[in-house]
Amino acid sequence: METLLYLAHTEADGSLSKTALEALGAAASLASDLGAGFSVGLIGEDVTQAANAIGGCGAEKFFAVSGPDFGQSRYSTDTAAAVALIQAASATLVLAPATSRLARSLPGAAQRAGGRADTQVTALAVDSGSVVATRWYYRQRMFSNMTRSQRPWVITLSPGCFPAWEGEAGSPSVEAVSADAATNTTVKGVLAPSADEQTIRPDAEMLFVAGAGWTKKQADGQTNVGGAEKLILGFLDQAKASLGSSKSLVDLGGEGQEVLSFLSHLHQVGQTGSTPRHAKGLATCCHGEEPHVVGWRFITERRAVNLDEGCGWAQGKADVLYVADAFEVMTKVNELLGS
Amino acid sequence: MSGFHIVVCGSIVPDPLQTLEPMQGPTGWALKNEMMLPAVLDPWAGHALYEAANLAANVPNSKVWLVSLGPKAKLQQVMMSVAQKAPFDLVVLDGPAGGFTEAFETAQALAGAIEGIDGLDKSKLLLFGGWQSASRGASATLQIVGELLGITDQFQGVDKITPEGDGFTVLERIEGGAYLESSCAGAPAVLGWATGSLPEPPNNPQIGMQNMQKNMPAIQRAPATAVAAEGVDFKSVELPKQVRETRIVKDTPAQDIAKELVDWIRG
Ligand SMILES: Cc1cc2nc3c(=O)[nH]c(=O)nc-3n(C[C@H](O)[C@H](O)[C@H](O)COP(=O)(O)OP(=O)(O)OC[C@H]3O[C@@H](n4cnc5c(N)ncnc54)[C@H](O)[C@@H]3O)c2cc1C
Repeated sequence: METLLYLAHTEADGSLSKTALEALGAAASLASDLGAGFSVGLIGEDVTQAANAIGGCGAEKFFAVSGPDFGQSRYSTDTAAAVALIQAASATLVLAPATSRLARSLPGAAQRAGGRADTQVTALAVDSGSVVATRWYYRQRMFSNMTRSQRPWVITLSPGCFPAWEGEAGSPSVEAVSADAATNTTVKGVLAPSADEQTIRPDAEMLFVAGAGWTKKQADGQTNVGGAEKLILGFLDQAKASLGSSKSLVDLGGEGQEVLSFLSHLHQVGQTGSTPRHAKGLATCCHGEEPHVVGWRFITERRAVNLDEGCGWAQGKADVLYVADAFEVMTKVNELLGS
Repeated sequence: MSGFHIVVCGSIVPDPLQTLEPMQGPTGWALKNEMMLPAVLDPWAGHALYEAANLAANVPNSKVWLVSLGPKAKLQQVMMSVAQKAPFDLVVLDGPAGGFTEAFETAQALAGAIEGIDGLDKSKLLLFGGWQSASRGASATLQIVGELLGITDQFQGVDKITPEGDGFTVLERIEGGAYLESSCAGAPAVLGWATGSLPEPPNNPQIGMQNMQKNMPAIQRAPATAVAAEGVDFKSVELPKQVRETRIVKDTPAQDIAKELVDWIRG
């Protein structure tokens, strides 16, 4: 019989993120499929608010490693905390959100706890009493359904793949667990774009991808990068969409070409970029080559605007391809959204 | 400053422009024609290598090693071009580099190879690599190598390192296009790189010649290294089924397209 631990960390404001609540939903549902109970392990400066918010989740026990040393993402303190929680709960199976903070520490923690980790799992099932995890390989080209014998088995769950837990708050009693806070690392802080400059919005309904075509010479023989910037920012603002980019477009900066001023490598989607999760995606001036489109694996509805009828999007990669000039189309789209 | 001993862990992956198909091989899951597929240096590990070379060039008394576990014939091919990018000492383990091997077993082999590097001072060690491989994509191997070597200052999704005294500050990618900024008092540390902040260096045939002369023997004497996935039971490995029926809209006024798009966006 598995002993299940749901492991999460608090955010700066003491709450649990959406990804953390999705992992809790998955943990509660897996526990019920296994006919097992589960406990909760929290890491954070002060976990009271988070523990209370999920007080009604059905966990048998709550454990926490807390204090100022554990308020921020840092490998040394996060692995120490995770190992202490796994041991306190005598966990054989650990489910945790694949937040950047846990993604960068739980595989190491699993190793130190004598177990193994499988990361970015997108689905869970129970087959003849054993847990089967789905994860992707070769940058989302293929997936496996796998199980493993080593314990503790630490599984991190990808964002956007499981329904978030919703339920009653409570005031559970939380057992304090101590962990070693020794470290050579001092966290200085988060460098985040200001709210009006932020163009990467993981929780947005829609992804808008800009490709290198926006900076290329157009039918009149001229480039129009300034016009492209206005159209793209105008759209992002009105549609509250998240901005993604092709590699070619972000690389242009390094090649000394005129580029869109708000783009960085963080926007790149694909093989060597990100794999964002959004319900809808619109690609513009982007050819839709495979190394780009592997980053669209978890974009449910996909449309593209491209001058080239033979571009990659036409080959079964988008639901709709509009063969048209993106400058013209997006001008009209912005007008309509604004009206 | 006493300098850094930078060990970059990086192997090869199939060229992303290739079509990949899983198949059950004699030793477990693999790719169809895996040994025939053209390979490239795992991209994020490549960025780690370029960042390592740049750091070593800027911090006196530093040195770079590249430790690679992969099929040696393929590694040799890929190294012909990688060797032209930056000077390094190569350590090769001849074994599988595919996505269906275990991060733990790979890490164990890499940690053993690193322990065996002549002249490596572990108190100066910066262990570099890609924050995820383009094969397994687990973000686990480097963390485990670090654990096996007793290194508990680790950073992942790194885009920038700035030396500072005996230590450094580092920027790690976090959610929402933001960075976490930390400072680390000194080596040893693990840094799993994302894209970094340097462009790919141009080919330098002279560095390439020097590297290959120095490193060919390492490839030739690479020890056979068994790496599998003990304890893992792959019930299935599949390609996603969904191919979309693309509706192609052409010869349509921009106004009509825009209207359809806005209905979809709002719907
Ligand atoms: C190892 C490796 C890793 C890679 N990783 C990635 C990755 O992570 N992400 C990624 O994106 N790529 C990646 N690539 C690169 C990828 O193969 C493509 O080269 C890249 O995606 C092309 O970018 P693009 O479509 O923006 O540019 P282009 O190929 O230049 O396409 C521009 C498009 O814009 C269209 N266009 C021009 N003007 C207009 C207009 N007015 N209206 C409408 N359409 C217009 C053109 O028809 C064309 O289709 C990788 C490649 C390799 C080898």
